[in-house]
Amino acid sequence: MKPEDTGEIPSSVFDRMRKTLALSGIPADRRGRMRMVVDSLILHIHPTKVNSRTLRFTYTWGLGGLSALLTVVLVSTGVLLEMNYTPSPPDAYLDIINLTTNVWFGSLIRNLHHWSGNLLIVTSVLHLLRVFFTGGHRPPRELNWIIGVAMLLLVLGANFTGYLLPWDQLAYWAITVGTSIISYVPLVGEWLNRLLLGGPEVGAATLLNFYALHISIIPVSVVLLMSYHFWRIRKDGGLTIPKKPGEELPKKMESVTTIPYLVRPELMFAIAWLAIIFFWAMLVPAPLEGIANPLVSPNPAKAPWYFMGLQELLLHFHPVIGAVLIPVLALTALFLLPFYDVELKTVGVYFRSRRGRYLAIISAGLSLLISPIWVLLDEYVIHWTMWFPSWPTWISNGLVPLTILLLGIFVLTGWIAKLSRATLEERVLVIFVYLFTALVVLTVIGIFFRGPGMELFWPWMMPGH
Amino acid sequence: MVLAMSENEKKKEINRNNFLKIAWGAVAGLVALEIGGVTLAYMQPRLGDGEFGGMIEAGEVDTFPPGSVTQITAGRFYLSRLVDGGFLALYQRCTHLGCSVPWDQVQEKFICPCHNSQFTTEGDVINPPAPRALDLFPILIEDGIVKIDTSNPISRQNYEHSQVVYA
Repeated sequence: MKPEDTGEIPSSVFDRMRKTLALSGIPADRRGRMRMVVDSLILHIHPTKVNSRTLRFTYTWGLGGLSALLTVVLVSTGVLLEMNYTPSPPDAYLDIINLTTNVWFGSLIRNLHHWSGNLLIVTSVLHLLRVFFTGGHRPPRELNWIIGVAMLLLVLGANFTGYLLPWDQLAYWAITVGTSIISYVPLVGEWLNRLLLGGPEVGAATLLNFYALHISIIPVSVVLLMSYHFWRIRKDGGLTIPKKPGEELPKKMESVTTIPYLVRPELMFAIAWLAIIFFWAMLVPAPLEGIANPLVSPNPAKAPWYFMGLQELLLHFHPVIGAVLIPVLALTALFLLPFYDVELKTVGVYFRSRRGRYLAIISAGLSLLISPIWVLLDEYVIHWTMWFPSWPTWISNGLVPLTILLLGIFVLTGWIAKLSRATLEERVLVIFVYLFTALVVLTVIGIFFRGPGMELFWPWMMPGH
Repeated sequence: MVLAMSENEKKKEINRNNFLKIAWGAVAGLVALEIGGVTLAYMQPRLGDGEFGGMIEAGEVDTFPPGSVTQITAGRFYLSRLVDGGFLALYQRCTHLGCSVPWDQVQEKFICPCHNSQFTTEGDVINPPAPRALDLFPILIEDGIVKIDTSNPISRQNYEHSQVVYA
């Protein structure tokens, strides 16, 4: 079956080439196929055999693999874009114009890069959700969870730094607003902001800084962490194994060879998604507005869409609370999740249990209801600074509403947990779902409902559209 | 007695081996600090002459009538001449989230398009969310020429009379 096993030199030149490249085809026997995985540089990120249960598509949804695929697309198209780009105003903008009008397939490459970058944020977040909902962060996978969250932050950083590079009005003001949030960090914020911008405001130095971060520092970090992320999956014993609620895993489980049972669906999935991304990139152009003008701010000036939840928080809280304390608290809770949410019995069960499923739906529903109401109340009814004029605003419009909200969530979830006799892990699930839904609600309000002057409008009655 | 014993034991723990470990650790820490310091210093803002960030000549004193606000686009600031003849150079960057604040001649105030922060001709906040007054640039008046140093905006909580520069 395998010519290289015979030790003979093939008579034909082409057969000799094929032998050198190990292109002798897929071995027919189980052993040969396992051997092939071990021998291959790319394939050996997989074990030779995998538990057949973990192959179920509706368990993983292929989200980690899709994120990896998008990273490959981003690196390939990014390298091509570099060859038609000068990181200096105003050439940066002119180069984008040239790219989209004069360069063969320039638009396609740019659109592919733009949409893959945005999609990567979505798939990374969904991947995080999938892992959390199936308990994939729990021991022994703590470290891989932490690396995953770190990579999510890097993906946001990559998107944010890439956002500036076209040097149009959209880019300039989104980065101005986004980086200004940093300056609210107590003590070091102003200094940090100037360091990142390379000056008092977004300018030539900022573009060069962001270019360096975007094309080298961040992607190198991502690729290194990603390699480690893959390696740890194997070190931690592969994927978590899907279970039904209350099910005990049998001692002996069926395992199948990676070739073809894992590699084949992976390839099909990758090809299907490549087709989707290409079609999308052909049909929907990446946005490009007029050249950046530091003298004229658009109205409204919005941060990139993935930071609109943060900007929405900033409309309701004093900046030190909204831009610093709340994100830091949330990120800390996310990073430390695998150290306080440790129940091993329900690993592999979506939403922990049947009760967990209902609780997750109820929690999401409550958050969908309460979050917009709170936004409306804070916009039109509550005026903390006017009610407590003698207090500093970081208390009256910061700690006071934050305490009320945290207490509210604590009491509400505690009450739900008590009524349903939920366990600790189910309560963590309820709080997580509640807060994540709130973040989605804030982001949607920020993107679609905020108009000129950052006032609330119905999307279909938005002025100037 | 017991205390003395335990202190003795502690002293014993610092033998040659331990000392070297600590010394190597300290040296490694020092190297890390140095590399970090060098990187940060290297990353410090670098500003060129002649562009925004350097010294900007706004013009002769008499070209700015008292009670007027003039935008100096090259320096990203407004030269505000108060009714009493004093000068303030207001950085156009909103102290809330960094948008450029346009001067509204009709309402005689600065109105930010981003979040509707409003400021007086002195740069004081009339309407939040801006947390503090518009930043200032230092003004130098030499031989009747108003010069503004745009290298470093000065942040301030609110307007005070001592900030005004007279010819």
